[in-house]
Order: sequence, then structure tokens, then C-alpha cells
Amino acid sequence: MLEIRNLHVTVDDKPILRGLDLEVRAGEVHAIMGPNGSGKSTLAHVLAGREGYVVTQGEIRYMGRDLLALAPEERAREGIFLAFQYPVEIPGVANIYLLKAALNAMRRHRGESELDAVDFLALVKGKLKLMDMDEALLYRAVNEGFSGGEKKRNEILQMAVLEPRLAILDETDSGLDIDALKVVANGVNAMRSPERAMILVTHYQRLLDYIRPDRVHVLALGRIALSGGPDLAQDLERRGYGWVEGWVQAEAQKRHAASAGGAG
Amino acid sequence: MGKRPVQLDELISQEYRHGFYTTLDADAVPRGLSEDVIRTISAKKQEPAFMLEWRLKAFRHWLTMTEPHWATVHHPPIDYQEIVYYSAPRGKADGPKSLAEVDPELLRTYEKLGVPLQERELLAGVAVDAVFDSVSVATTFKEKLGELGIIFCSFSEAVHNHPDLVQEYLGSVVPYTDNFFATLNSAVFSDGSFCYIPPGVRCPMELSTYFRINARNTGQFERTLIIADRGAYVSYLEGCTAPMRDENQLHAAVVELIAREGAQIKYSTVQNWYPGDKDGKGGIYNFVTKRGDCREANSKISWTQVETGSAITWKYPSVILRGDNSVGEFHSVALTNHWQQADTGTKMIHLGRNTKSTILSKGISAGHGSNAYRGLVKVAKSADGARNYTQCDSLLLGDRCAAHTFPYIEVKNPTARVEHEASTSRIGEDQLFYCQSRGISAEDAVSLIVSGFCKEVFRQLPMEFAVEAQKLLGVSLEGSIG
Repeated sequence: MLEIRNLHVTVDDKPILRGLDLEVRAGEVHAIMGPNGSGKSTLAHVLAGREGYVVTQGEIRYMGRDLLALAPEERAREGIFLAFQYPVEIPGVANIYLLKAALNAMRRHRGESELDAVDFLALVKGKLKLMDMDEALLYRAVNEGFSGGEKKRNEILQMAVLEPRLAILDETDSGLDIDALKVVANGVNAMRSPERAMILVTHYQRLLDYIRPDRVHVLALGRIALSGGPDLAQDLERRGYGWVEGWVQAEAQKRHAASAGGAG
Repeated sequence: MGKRPVQLDELISQEYRHGFYTTLDADAVPRGLSEDVIRTISAKKQEPAFMLEWRLKAFRHWLTMTEPHWATVHHPPIDYQEIVYYSAPRGKADGPKSLAEVDPELLRTYEKLGVPLQERELLAGVAVDAVFDSVSVATTFKEKLGELGIIFCSFSEAVHNHPDLVQEYLGSVVPYTDNFFATLNSAVFSDGSFCYIPPGVRCPMELSTYFRINARNTGQFERTLIIADRGAYVSYLEGCTAPMRDENQLHAAVVELIAREGAQIKYSTVQNWYPGDKDGKGGIYNFVTKRGDCREANSKISWTQVETGSAITWKYPSVILRGDNSVGEFHSVALTNHWQQADTGTKMIHLGRNTKSTILSKGISAGHGSNAYRGLVKVAKSADGARNYTQCDSLLLGDRCAAHTFPYIEVKNPTARVEHEASTSRIGEDQLFYCQSRGISAEDAVSLIVSGFCKEVFRQLPMEFAVEAQKLLGVSLEGSIG
């Protein structure tokens, strides 16, 4: 479903991703872990198409197409969903209104008829229950005055309504207490399906206690330094990111020495 | 009454039968302004002597005045001797012959707003055979309103049929000496609307459809007078969301509202005159004087306006809170895009005891647009316990537009409470990206965010109008991003 080859990305002319490769197939859940500043969120934003993230090399193919050629809203309509680390407030716009506008934009794109208010409400109410959310939240302005936990749940609610093919969850676990984390994890687990892929971007292994990934990748210095099965997360938790970073730096030095030697 | 809902296409298929336009001759008076021109206008309208006298007094006073330049708007000098101050309704010979001759940009806008086909021709000024008239609606409405003693007619009709009311109230809120443009209007006004609600009567319908259809050809100097007698209520809608083509660049209207004891007047406007093109060429100068007088105790006047049109808007719908416990409200959305300029706001003049006023102003600037809120809250010595709350918010799109806020506060009574809050924000890239990442296009996202910003004001509009106004904002903001 998603193939990333040799991806280099700069932000404000600063290289953040430096040759990242990743392949995600339908039905898989991948966890991207790594220390602060390793480029995890950059990867999430590049996939969603945020401005200011400049791809200088490499390619991203999604469902066989060149993802980088698509505008953010086109990516969303093609089934990419980003759950924000910091969901944005939009004063005066009711939560339910944004949801409906989003869903209908996608339905139009797929050539389906738009849902009317009644059908839409029925759909959303079902999803609300899944996320253990109060209906009143639908009528409040988007994320305005929401607690940290409410914001994160609201992101997953949007995901549940929009039913993406590829969901990217950017630090969805940060700022959640254990009860909220369980609710969010339940919501995510309920959405796992053979047609859907997910990328969980997280700093801590905690989330992975509740959502068991198929693959775990460790990002360090702008590339995937280490990949493995679900147990890798536990190793990391024990040994810390310093272990990976030290190892990556050593590797880089070895490569550097080798190429210097080759030149001499 | 069990009447069918009024269909616009049904209306426009009506033959033109009668109405106040027919009393006018087809010839226009010569360019420029003089006592003779005013005498001619008055004679053509067969006005009683008091009207002519009033016009002449206004004209003589106008000669002593100079054009005001204190607003933050800029325009080339206006040559008042180049304007034709009176012209009869346009005949078939003028204007475009068909929609094919009309600016495609304008047609595209009608399309987006969902204006019915036949109505587009009228709005675009196409000379059509079946003259678009409101006779049938007017008759239906008038019967119903007549039963309640409500008078609702054109200003000219009122001058003929209700001269006593006109004489009593005309100029009693906006005197002919008021300001340069109001004085000019007093001298030359062509027509407008008149409305009188008798004591204790609640007007059963929004006075809208009739007016919106009738608004055509009321010309550049329009005059409206609304009187709500003791305990009466009326909600009045002015304007139209569809942009109207008009060859007159200067519009100087006057609106006077009078609320007597316990009466309530709600006045809503959607103003969408031609704003000029993307480079700022053309467009209407909209210099309007609107004022309401809460003349007696427990009365209430509220203004709600959505201003998206005109090259220049200069307008301060105000309330004089004379009666004790009277209430004044002003809710405004003003949007300027491309090279539009708006200097708008309100004046709340507290004279009576325990008078209350609320001001809620939302300014949106995009492109090179300039948007100023200018408001005066004045509490006189007599106004014990007066209260005002003002909230002024500005939203900026892009980095070439401007927003200004000029609040003037004068308080002469120590028991008064006056609060002012202001904010300026920019549509954030993060808000746009958030919406886009949910599949919503950047343009739709802008109009979503803007309508959220304006929500509190839209809530004041009658339902149907609110929906149209929201659509209108979206269309007016096209091309403002990217």
C-alpha cells in the first residue's frame, strides 16, 4: 500500500529525514519509534502533505501512485488520515459540521451521494459509543476548550467516521491517562482490518501494550535504524534510545571511514 | 390565508400592471444639482409643498458643507455636478440585450449562489419583456398587512397617501443637516420604503420578499422610514445576496427607525453591491446613514448587517437610546477582499436611564482589503445605570490586508458600565492544513473557518438569510488564498 524509498526531507533547509525506507502493506500495523527530534512527526506530516516539508530526494508511492503529486485534501480523499499530535482548534465551527463536511467531501470524491443530516447523525452516534464520548462534544466548536484526552479521542472519532485506508497516528498516546489510553486503543483496534494499514508514531512503548503492532521501526538520525517484530519495543524500553543512536553513529563512522579509505 | 408559497419564476412571469414607477416620465433631468433640478424632481413626483420645502432646505444646507474625509477610505474626488439625480426606470433599449452580453464573471457568481435563471437577467440589468414586478405578492401581502393596520409601501406612495405620518417623522432621527451625504440624500432622494406598525401590532411576517423584489430601481439615493408605534414589533430585511449591477457609482442612502414605547425593530441587511474588479476598478461607493431612535421607554432596536459588497463602505447604523430601559444592538460582519475598503461601525448614544447596548463586530480582510471598525459609545449625564458591551474581532487572510479598530468612548455618568473587547487573528496555516487533511479543499476550509468566525452574527439573521449570507461569504472570498 505504501512504499517509501530513500526519502530525504528538509524543514527550513535543515535536513530531517535522510534516506528513509519503509514499506507498509494492507492489514499491517507499523509502529515508528524514536527519540525526540529523530524525524517521526516529520514523516507523519510529509505523508499528509503539510507545507514547509520539502522532499529533496526519494519517492513515496501510495496505492501505486506518486503520493507527492497529490494535494493534502486529495490524499485525504484517497484514504490517508493523520491523527494530529496537537489537534487544531477552529472557533465557531461545530465539531459535527467539520465531520460532515469531511465525510461528504470524501463521498463526493468516490462518486457516492452525500449523507443527509439524519443518516449522518445515526452514523456518528454509533462511533461515539465506540469512543466513549459524550454527544455534547459534537456540538462544541472543533477542539475548542477540549481537554487533552478529549482532543485525542476526537481524532480517533474522526478516523472512525472517515474510515481511511491508511491511518497515521502521530503521538496519539501523549498526554493521555491510562483510562483514556485504553479507550483510544480500543477504538484503534476496532478499526484494524485486512484492507486497512496503520502507522503509529510514538515515543513510548506504552501504547503498544494495547495496540500490538506487526512491525516496529526505530528512527534515528533521519532514517530507520532498526526494524523488528513487536518485541523490539520492549527491548527499546529496557535499553533506551541511546543504545540505538550510539549504534547508528558507530555505523555511520564505519561507513565514513570506509569511503575515506576507498578514496585514499 | 392558505396561500401558496411565493415562487420567483411565477412572480416574474407577471405582466407589469401598475405601481409607483408608472407615475414617472421616461425622461431624465439634466446632469448636476441646482434648485431647479430639485424642483423638477419634486414636480415629477407630484409631491406636496412640504416635501419640496424640505428638499430645498436640505439642498441649501448642503451647499455650505464639505465632503468628509475622516474615514480610513480613499477615493478620487467625486464630481457632484456630473451625477444625474433623477432618471426614470430603464427602458428596454438600455443595458445588455441578453445574458450573453453580461460579464461572465458575474454570471459565474449567480451560478454559485444558485440565483434562479430569470432572476439573473434582472439582477444583471438585462432588459426583459416581462417586467419583474411584485404586484401579486404585494397585493397578497398588503391585504394581510392592511387588516392589521400596517402600512408598507414605497416612500413616494407614503408621501401621497400618508403625508401626516411622513411629515411627523421624516428627518426626526436623521435631520436634513446631519452630514454631507445624508443632506445630499434629503435634497434629491428618489424613492425608498415606508413602514408603519400601529400600536400593539406584531408584524406577522418578515418584511423581506416584497422589498427584495421591489429594491430594483430604487436608485442611488434611497430613503427608508420605519415607525413602530407603542408595543409594536417588526423585522425588516434589506438587500439581496446576489450582486446587483448598477451604473451609479455613488450610493447615499438614509434609513430612519423610530421605536415608541415598548416597541421593537429588528433591521437586517445583506449588502452586496458590485465591489469592483480584482484590480480595484469600478465598484460602488456606499455612503449610508442609518440611525434608529428608541424614542420612548422599554423600546428596542437591533441592527444586523452583512457587508460584503461595494468598493467603499462608509456606514454606521446607530441607536439613540432616549427612552428609559431601552436597548440597542449592533451585529456586523464586514468583509473586504481585493481592493475593497470598509469603514463601518456604530454609535450607541445612551440618554435614558438603565439603557443597554451591545456591539458585536466581525471584520474580515483579505487580499488588499482594508477594514476599519469605528464605534462610539456615549453615555450622557442623564443615563444612570447605562451599560454597554462591545466586542470587536478582526480576521486577516494573507499579509497584504489591513484591519483597524477605532473605539470612541465618552462617559459622563459615573454609574455607567462600559466594556470593550477586541481581538485580531489570522487564519492559521495549521487550521487550513487540519481541514485539508480531512479532505476539505483550501477554499472550502477558508469559508468554513470564516463562517465559524461570523457565527454569532449570523445567528441574528433570519434563518433563510443566514444560509444565503454564509454562501455569500464563501463566494466573496474566492481567490483570497493560494
